[in-house]
Parts: sequence; C-alpha cells; structure tokens
Amino acid sequence: MTKNNEETSVESEAKTSQEIEDEERKTPFQMSFQRFMKNKLAVVGVVVLVLMVLMAVFAPLLTSHDPTKSDLMLVENKPSAEHILGTDGSGRDNFARLLYGSRISLIVGFSAMLFTLFFGIVTGAAAGYYGGKVDAIIMRIADLIYALPFFVLALTIIAIVEEVTIGIFVTIIAITTWPNLSRIIRGSFLTLREQEFILSAQSIGANDFRIIFKHFIPNTMGPIVVNATLMMATMIIIESGMSFIGMGIPQPTPTWGNMISEAQSIRILRDHPEAWLPPGLFILVTVLSINFIGDGLRDAFDPKSGDN
Amino acid sequence: MLFLLTVIIFGLAQAAPGDPFTANIDPSVDPEVYEQQREKYGLNDSLPKQYISWLGNFVTGDFGESIHYKGRSVKDVISVRITNTVYLSLFALIITILFAIPIGLYSARNPYSWFDYTATTFGFLGLSIPGFFFGLVSIYIFALNLGWFPSQGSVSVSVSGQTGITLFLDRLHHLVLPGFTLGLAGIATYMRYVRTEVSDVLKSDYVRTARAKGMSESSVLYKHTLRNALIPIVTLLGFELGVLLSGAVITEQVFNYPGLGTLFVDSITNRDYPVIMAINLLLGTTIMVGNLVADILYSIVDPRIRYD
Repeated sequence: MTKNNEETSVESEAKTSQEIEDEERKTPFQMSFQRFMKNKLAVVGVVVLVLMVLMAVFAPLLTSHDPTKSDLMLVENKPSAEHILGTDGSGRDNFARLLYGSRISLIVGFSAMLFTLFFGIVTGAAAGYYGGKVDAIIMRIADLIYALPFFVLALTIIAIVEEVTIGIFVTIIAITTWPNLSRIIRGSFLTLREQEFILSAQSIGANDFRIIFKHFIPNTMGPIVVNATLMMATMIIIESGMSFIGMGIPQPTPTWGNMISEAQSIRILRDHPEAWLPPGLFILVTVLSINFIGDGLRDAFDPKSGDN
Repeated sequence: MLFLLTVIIFGLAQAAPGDPFTANIDPSVDPEVYEQQREKYGLNDSLPKQYISWLGNFVTGDFGESIHYKGRSVKDVISVRITNTVYLSLFALIITILFAIPIGLYSARNPYSWFDYTATTFGFLGLSIPGFFFGLVSIYIFALNLGWFPSQGSVSVSVSGQTGITLFLDRLHHLVLPGFTLGLAGIATYMRYVRTEVSDVLKSDYVRTARAKGMSESSVLYKHTLRNALIPIVTLLGFELGVLLSGAVITEQVFNYPGLGTLFVDSITNRDYPVIMAINLLLGTTIMVGNLVADILYSIVDPRIRYD
C-alpha cells in the first residue's frame, strides 16, 4: 500500500519535471500565445473582430444595394423586406451603408493606428536612443500637441485642408495622436539603454539602425503591441466622432459615424432608431472586442501574470 | 512654451485657405471695396506684423472682432459661451469623482464579488461606447421617451430672466444628460485606477501595521489607504481637463448645448479665424495651467515630493 503510494508520487513528480522541460522549450512568444488563448474574453474579442472583418470584405455578397446611390423617391423609408434597415435622408439603403461603412471604419481605424505607430516609434526611438537635443526637441513638440485638446487641434487642421480624403484624414489623426506612444517608447528605450547587452552591441560596432531594430524594438514589443491594439479602438471612436459632427470622412462615403450623424435631427432620432442604432452598436461591439483583445495581450505579455 | 503655442496657432490660422470674405462674398461687389475690407482688417500686412499685432491685442485682452458675428468682439462671443462649457466640464468632473472613487474603493475592498464584476463590466462598456452615441441613446430614452430631462440647450425659455434657485435648478436639469455623457469615460477610467491603487495599498505593510495596532477599519481605510491611493490619481486629474475640453466639443454638438464646443465647430464652418485662434489659445493656456496646478497639488498630497 505504502509502496504503491510512493510509486504514484514518483511518477507524478517525473511528469511534472517533464512538463517543466516542455515549458522551458517554449519561446516567450509561445508562452504569451498560450496565456492569451486562456483568456476567454480576449478570444471572444478575436472571433467577433474576425466576423466584422469578414462582413466588411464580403459586403457585396451580403447586399445587392449600392451604399452611395441615392434614390429621392425612397427618402427615410421605414424598414421593409427590400431595405432591411430602411433608407436614409438621401434614399440610400441603410443596411448596405452599414456593411460598406464597416469597411471604411475598420480601414481608417487600422491605418490610422499603423500611421501613428510609425510616427510614434520613429520619434520615440530617436528621442530615447539619442537623448540630448533630439530628445529635447521631440518632447517639446509632443508637449505642445498635448497642450491642445485633441478634437480642437484636429478640427483646426481639418478646417485648413479643404478636401478631406481618407488618406489626409488618417494623416491628421496620426499627427495629433503620436505623442502618447512616443513617450511610452522613449521611456522603455531610456531604461534599456543602460543595460549591458546594448553596450556590448555598441562595442562590437553595430550601427545605430541595427541596434534600434535588432535590440531595442524586440524588447519593447510587448507594450508596443498592447498599445497599438488599444489605439485602434480609440481610432475607430475618433473617426466616428469626427464623422458624426460632419468633420470627418465626407459624405456620400459611408462610415458608421456618418450614418449616426443623421440622428442629429431630433426627428430621425425619435422616429428612425433603425437608422442610427445599428451603426452605434457596431462601433460599440467592435471597440469592446478590440479592448478585450488589448487587455488579453497585456496580461499575456506580462511575465508576472501566472499561467493559471 | 506658451510662445511656441501662440506661434503654432497663428501659423495654423494663416495656413487656412481663402479669407473670411470669400465664403459669403457677393460676386457683384467691387474688387476695390473687397481690397479695402482686407486692408481694414489688416489682412494685407506682413506675417510677423500681423502676428505681433494679434499677440499684443491678445495679451491686453482684446481678441479682435469676430468676422462672422459682425460687429461683435471675439471676447463677447466667447464669454457668452465659456460659462456654459465651464459648468458642463465642472459637472462632468464632479460626477467623475463622486462615482469613480466610491465604486473603485468598494470594488477593491470586495474583489471578485458580484459588485466588482458588474463594475468591471460597466467600466469596459463605458470605455468602449463612443460618447456621442451614449448621448444619443440617453436623449432617446430619457428625453424623448420618458421625458425626464430636456434634450437640448442649457436653459429653458420659460425661465429666461429669472434668477436664483429656479435658474440654477433649471441649468442643472439641462446639465444631467450632457454631463453624464461627458463624464462617462472618466468614470470608467478612474474607477479602474482607484480599484488598482487601493488594492495595491491595502496589501502594503503599513496598512497591516495599522490594522495590527487595532485602528478602526474606517480610519485605516480613509486615513491610510485612500490618501495614499489617491496620490497618482491627482496628477491624472490634471490631464483630465484636456480630455474633458476635447470631449466637450462633441458632447455639446450632440445636445446642441451653447458652449465653446459648438461655437468652435460653427467658427470652423464659417472660417471665423479670430474666434478659432482665440479658442485654441484659451484652451491651450487653460490646459497648461491645469497641468501646473496638478503638479502643485501633487506636492501637497504627497509631501515627499519637492520641486526645486
């Protein structure tokens, strides 16, 4: 009896050490990935986001209506079999606009995030790596942009640019939002700079470019990925907000924010909830899933968070 | 810093295409009269000269004359609106503090309780819902369907001319929906901050010591825990000013609330540069002062911090 007990305990111990070995063989990325997959909310977020993207990509298959074609005989129609969500103030099909709108909203959100990421990494890396004057100048500019409320600065620039296209719009958002990321990257560069492996890389004659991309960036990847994800959520809210007050992507291009802007009229707001409620819910669901993903990534990259 | 801000704002305004007259000029107007008008408003002077005269006027409190609201000074136009925005931001700030601190505190004391989970869920939702969409939904429910609150404006027509408590209550009544809309994101953010900070402090040694000494729970909580937990949050509140003012632009638009935000959007549509520049400068200065105040407050709450 006792012997039997001993045997099993030895066996289970052997198994744990085997497990530990397995654990050690995993790359940090695999460990993070496993932790991420254990976070139910984050996985749900990924699924929802993938569905949203699929819906945007296959929009032409889901509706036969043209989102930009207006029909003045069909202004503000109630939902019908032909127009599931009715038509808007210019007689455009709301359901088609909702589907095609997700294309623009997602693309704008994603590319604004990429652009800001690019600005933020370049400026943050330069400031954190070179320090001194470069650092002082970049951080001064960042302070200035911080001193103006985001919407005020962005709207002022939009007022100057006469025609807003998607490209220009994305650039404006990037110009006004990079300081945040830049500061984060600068901060982690400043700590990394003091570490030995950077010194040894420098002493074997690696050039600045190589050091930044081979040694600094991989070591700041965690915060960069987490912030990029959360930033995309912010970008989608910003786009919809600016389109809502009529200063974002111009009509007739459909975006979620554009669609909701019709509800600025009390009549539409009261009588046609089917026109403005769905795009709002879509924004909410998309942003919520992106936030879940971002949260999951933060926990996954944090070595302090346990595996269970 | 402030100097750089003025230069940038002036540069932005100069980069704008057209001039205030092109928007509503009558084609039959004699070009000479047009030139005279430009001359009269000093639009033909050299840039540095325009900048100096503008800055000089600004320092002495003369913001120039609004071009859109003919014959009214910018100071006049702005000062009518500024009180409304101050009320709105103040109201939002107060409810942020009133909700975020107790909820965060209670969640931290009862982690993983149903209350904590509900609060976390609401926090996620509050961060993910675009402010303007929340505003529209709240108008739809509380103003149009339930009729509890007014949907627009800052004061009822019926109480105009009245003073004292009636006016105050009426204003407050108008503030509820926009205030919550503006404060929602803040409540969600600070609730999470307070929860994290308080639960960190609750684990610290001096709290255990305080409990071991037999201090009452309330004194442990309010004297030892809360005071220390709020230190980092005070600095964040300094930044909150910028977030509130930025959000006010959109919130005011949703509720048609006559504040600086609606004035700003109108001025951009009308290319009313003097007003745009004045608002930019005013908000930029306010935020800089706000950050300074936050720094000073920081050293008051945390006597360990000394500025040289």
